[in-house]
Amino acid sequence: MEREREPILQMSNIHKGFPGVKALSGVSFRLFPGEIHALMGENGAGKSTLIKVLTGVYSIDQGTVELARQRMAIDSPQAAQMAGISTVYQEVNLCPNLTVAENIFIGREPRRFGRILWKEMNAAAEKLLLTRLQIRMDVKLPLSAYSVAIQQLVAIARALNISAKVLILDEPTSSLDRNEVKQLFEVMNKLKAEGLAILFVTHFLDQVYEVSDRITILRGGEFVGEYLAKELPRIELVSKMIGKELQQLDALPREKEAASAAESAKALVIEAKALGRKGAIEPFDLTIRKGEVVGLAGLLGSGRTELARLFFGADRPDQGALRVNGVKDGITSPREAIDQGIAFCPENRKTEGIIDELTVRENMILALQATRGWFRAIPRKRQDELADEYIKALNINPPNPEQLIKNLSGGNQQKVILGRWLLTQPKLLILDEPTRGIDVGAKAEIQKLVLKLSGEGMSVLFVSSELEEVLRVSDRIAVLRDHVVVKEIAEDEMSQQQLMQAMAGE
Amino acid sequence: MLKRQYIPIVVTAALLAFMFAAGSFRYTGFFSLQVLLNLLIDNAFLLIVAVGMTFVIVSGGIDLSVGSVIALTTMISASLVQQQGWPPAVVIPLVLVLGAAFGWLMGAIIHYFKIQPFIVTLAGMFLARGLCYVISINTITIDHPFYTSMAQTKIKLPGGFFISISVVIALVVVAAAIYLAHYTRFGRNTYALGGSESSALLMGLPVARTKILVYTFSGLCSALAGVVFTFYMLSGYGLHAVGLELDAIAAVVIGGTLLTGGVGYILGTFFGVLIQGVIQTIISFEGTLSSWWTKIVIGLLLLLFIVLQRLLSARRQMQKA
Repeated sequence: MEREREPILQMSNIHKGFPGVKALSGVSFRLFPGEIHALMGENGAGKSTLIKVLTGVYSIDQGTVELARQRMAIDSPQAAQMAGISTVYQEVNLCPNLTVAENIFIGREPRRFGRILWKEMNAAAEKLLLTRLQIRMDVKLPLSAYSVAIQQLVAIARALNISAKVLILDEPTSSLDRNEVKQLFEVMNKLKAEGLAILFVTHFLDQVYEVSDRITILRGGEFVGEYLAKELPRIELVSKMIGKELQQLDALPREKEAASAAESAKALVIEAKALGRKGAIEPFDLTIRKGEVVGLAGLLGSGRTELARLFFGADRPDQGALRVNGVKDGITSPREAIDQGIAFCPENRKTEGIIDELTVRENMILALQATRGWFRAIPRKRQDELADEYIKALNINPPNPEQLIKNLSGGNQQKVILGRWLLTQPKLLILDEPTRGIDVGAKAEIQKLVLKLSGEGMSVLFVSSELEEVLRVSDRIAVLRDHVVVKEIAEDEMSQQQLMQAMAGE
Repeated sequence: MLKRQYIPIVVTAALLAFMFAAGSFRYTGFFSLQVLLNLLIDNAFLLIVAVGMTFVIVSGGIDLSVGSVIALTTMISASLVQQQGWPPAVVIPLVLVLGAAFGWLMGAIIHYFKIQPFIVTLAGMFLARGLCYVISINTITIDHPFYTSMAQTKIKLPGGFFISISVVIALVVVAAAIYLAHYTRFGRNTYALGGSESSALLMGLPVARTKILVYTFSGLCSALAGVVFTFYMLSGYGLHAVGLELDAIAAVVIGGTLLTGGVGYILGTFFGVLIQGVIQTIISFEGTLSSWWTKIVIGLLLLLFIVLQRLLSARRQMQKA
């Protein structure tokens, strides 16, 4: 070991359950003074739960937390702060309406006989920002006058003022541009040199390797391992996060038949040229042809959903061009996308997809109704026919169109949403994580359906974090890493190993 | 360069000056310090209530119960002093404590049961108004010498001008509230709460205590306004101060406080109350206009100010992007 120092923070055998879910089971984590330690894991790995335990938002069911060898019960955010554990979140948790100085000092303002001494507070804030973070700014302006990057630095200043021993940075870089990230890293390195222990959570692999000394990986609520960053190759990091060893990665049986030679001659449905949006996705090129299934692979937070949202007009690109059916800049809103024959099944079924209190039939006809305009209601008889037709085609269970959708299982809800978009007979169907959280049988059915639809000439953009699934259904795969489209893999070179190497950036 | 956060308050002050100037040009006898002081005399209770309301709105809430609490205070005061023969030295502290306790209870319900302030204080409004009629359905006139002397005493100012004791109370409340808002932890925590409750919680601020105290303070202000209102009307009645909560909210918003919380000044509220007073005065000088014109003008002003706030915050967004 390079150092045999005492860890400042030691979490051992932490268990935390929620009704029906075990979020953490037997997780250990330690943090040394003067290091930057990255906590890595895919969605549901337990990262956020672990951080919420550490910040006193959640209490643990079992296990111990020791800070500087003292056993601690962190039962509230205040207790965590008192103990010297401070957190800076992605969405800055400060008050935008208060001044910069107040945001640093509120709760501990310098006072005399209960009267807040503004002059002293402002001077102290200026000094703190200058000496510890090397930034000079007007601390009397409200926080909202500054960019998110500066707000984050103010949040760090607040943490330092509470005399933090442990600083948790929860996805601090997600909404920063490159220069801002650089500035943040400089601050992190400076604080590290001063002996602060920093826990860093991010989805950006490049950034992990740029600043971290050590990496702890969680998967499915369990502890996978703790490694020195320089001794852990990227590809291993990714394979440990996903839970697939490299040796396991041989070619899977593909259901998709080899594409015809005439593939390239088929008409373009959508064509993106240097399309990008600041903070969401770097400029990329991507084309989808008629009847083609294009997979989007990449880790959580790599920009998959952001890309899909550009195609649907849910977000506006700030550079590049998007041609749909040969027409340039045809999409400025989801309504126009629908008119152009694009359909989008979002990732969060619960919040962006289903409408709980409506029946299966009502949920299904929503999109079709929207394309017709709300004053030309679809006749009830036609609604019933359509609902019955798609319930049968998608094998929705129970096959009752008047059932409230909230009473269906996740897989069947997903099929209803699929049905909703299929009703509009789209030319391009965008599926964002269509099989997340549904059972194996329903998964296979949805995959088959995708292949059948593409066989009938529909184009599909298929977003998924499951490698097998992407490989099974796609004709071509675009791989994303850290908000950049890093590679396009054609049919003949597809393998899990290829894919994983591209995702890891090796 | 004027700081952007002071723009609404300056606009309000300028509007007040403009209206007063317009009145002075149009009506003889309007331009006098006494007319200005009368604004305070006639609106002292509204000013006190609006100060409490400013804290509530800055914290991100609303208090609809204030008008009813005033009525209940006049009722309890009148009943105890006039019918039971209690001394005012006991009655006045008692009603202040009752008002604060009423606010405290609503604040506690709002916080611990996580219920919308709108609903809880609406219930408080009905409850307090209803309780008035338990005491009596008729007006109780007060002729206790203390109350009549409070009502009639004129504090002489140089030049033959005068104010009432209520005005002194209201101005002390305004001054104390400015100090409270800007130089105490309670005040700053109230702003933090209105800026972002979840942030305030994660910053380790005493969210529960602050929120409950804000409603307690508003309850206290309402009761104090009730006492001042008793001096003004010399009676207790269940129909006193009907709809006053809306006048108070209007004054706060015209004074530049954001209904979404986090931004606002007591001084703005002070101007907001005076603007309402000026409108009333202009209408009474005009003589032929119905008093409902006050409502029409206030309605238009409210719209104007809300649109102004919207534009200012939209511009701020634009500049940042």
